[in-house]
Amino acid sequence: MEIDGNALAGDLSEVFATDATVAVFTCAGCGHAGAVATLRVWGPAPGAVGRCPSCTDVILRLVRTPSRLILTLTGATRLELPLDA
Amino acid sequence: MKNRISWRVATVSSARWETASARTLVLDVPDWPGHLPGQHIDVRLTAEDGYTAQRSYSIASAWTPAPSATGAGSAGAPGTVELTIQRLDDGEVSPYLTDVVEPGDQIELRGPVGGWFVWREKQTAPVLLIAGGSGIVPLMAMIRARGEARGRQPFRLIYSVRTPEDAAYADELRLRVRENPGLDVHFVYTRKAPDGWPTPPKRIDVAAINSHGWPPDFQPDCYVCGPTSFVETAADILVALGHDPKRIRTERFGGA
Ligand SMILES: Cc1cc2nc3c(=O)[nH]c(=O)nc-3n(C[C@H](O)[C@H](O)[C@H](O)COP(=O)(O)OP(=O)(O)OC[C@H]3O[C@@H](n4cnc5c(N)ncnc54)[C@H](O)[C@@H]3O)c2cc1C
Ligand SMILES: [Zn+2]
Repeated sequence: MEIDGNALAGDLSEVFATDATVAVFTCAGCGHAGAVATLRVWGPAPGAVGRCPSCTDVILRLVRTPSRLILTLTGATRLELPLDA
Repeated sequence: MKNRISWRVATVSSARWETASARTLVLDVPDWPGHLPGQHIDVRLTAEDGYTAQRSYSIASAWTPAPSATGAGSAGAPGTVELTIQRLDDGEVSPYLTDVVEPGDQIELRGPVGGWFVWREKQTAPVLLIAGGSGIVPLMAMIRARGEARGRQPFRLIYSVRTPEDAAYADELRLRVRENPGLDVHFVYTRKAPDGWPTPPKRIDVAAINSHGWPPDFQPDCYVCGPTSFVETAADILVALGHDPKRIRTERFGGA
């Protein structure tokens, strides 16, 4: 079932001190920049894959195990987080 | 929202049906930090064998530190959060929240989360809200927040429902259109329209958004929420009509 990056807000809030769904990613594949909230996500699931809405390349992966949360950001060349969100 | 968010236990203080299949749960959440309209929470249910299921639900109520000014609906007392859940008959979590949970029960939640699909009172642009089904929930929080703040930003809601009986908050919307100046509501009926409705039932289309939204020149802030396919259709129409994609915010609830 396809949803979007808004749904990652809860899990990301356990990793980042500010809301990471407003952070702007830059896609390593096509250069598109947009809010993490706009990523295409397949879910709900213990593991989520966030894809670029422009070229569908994988931007991030978020996997939950009983003891840790693993965030892989291979598809982004840049992640810009506002400090006052 | 500076602190990392963790799970907390909320108590259901009351519940009410909004339609035959959508129910509002009023939750008491100790130390609730307040929220912005459009934010959501994650609910986690744990079975006796330890199996857990987690789902996101938008917050329906507006949050005001002081008690309601108008009493025209859910201003949301401090420490109170309202959710509206649409039952999906074959769903794992939603039938539990609509048909099993009773006042006094406790549920685990995490939030408020999500800072992108939100409306802030300081935004001055006209607003276009487009809801498909349960996608009304976060948009209703925006309408309530504007109403409680006596906001003057012109607001238009286009609300797509299957039949008139499927419209949540129908009475409150009618009341707010009268009492909150600058709020307009237009319904799109996809399966059955009320008697005397000028058009036969149809899905949301260019004509509906063109006649009941704002012209792109007004540079409205657009919020679109609902099932994924609905959101994609409505957002594509907005772009085709000339709205700036940067002013279109979407939230996909899933489904088809
Ligand atoms: C950010 C966010 C906010 C949300 N807010 C709300 C809310 O305020 N109120 C609300 O009722 N729901 C909301 N949802 C949807 C909610 O999270 C669940 O997906 C929904 O309640 C179904 O869960 P379930 O366990 O009952 O169904 P599941 O067991 O997950 O799914 C059962 C079947 O229903 C389909 N399905 C799942 N979700 C939907 C859907 N939204 N529409 C149509 N078919 C669907 C599935 O594809 C599947 O076939 C929100 C989702 C997100 C991502
Ligand atoms: Zn890309």
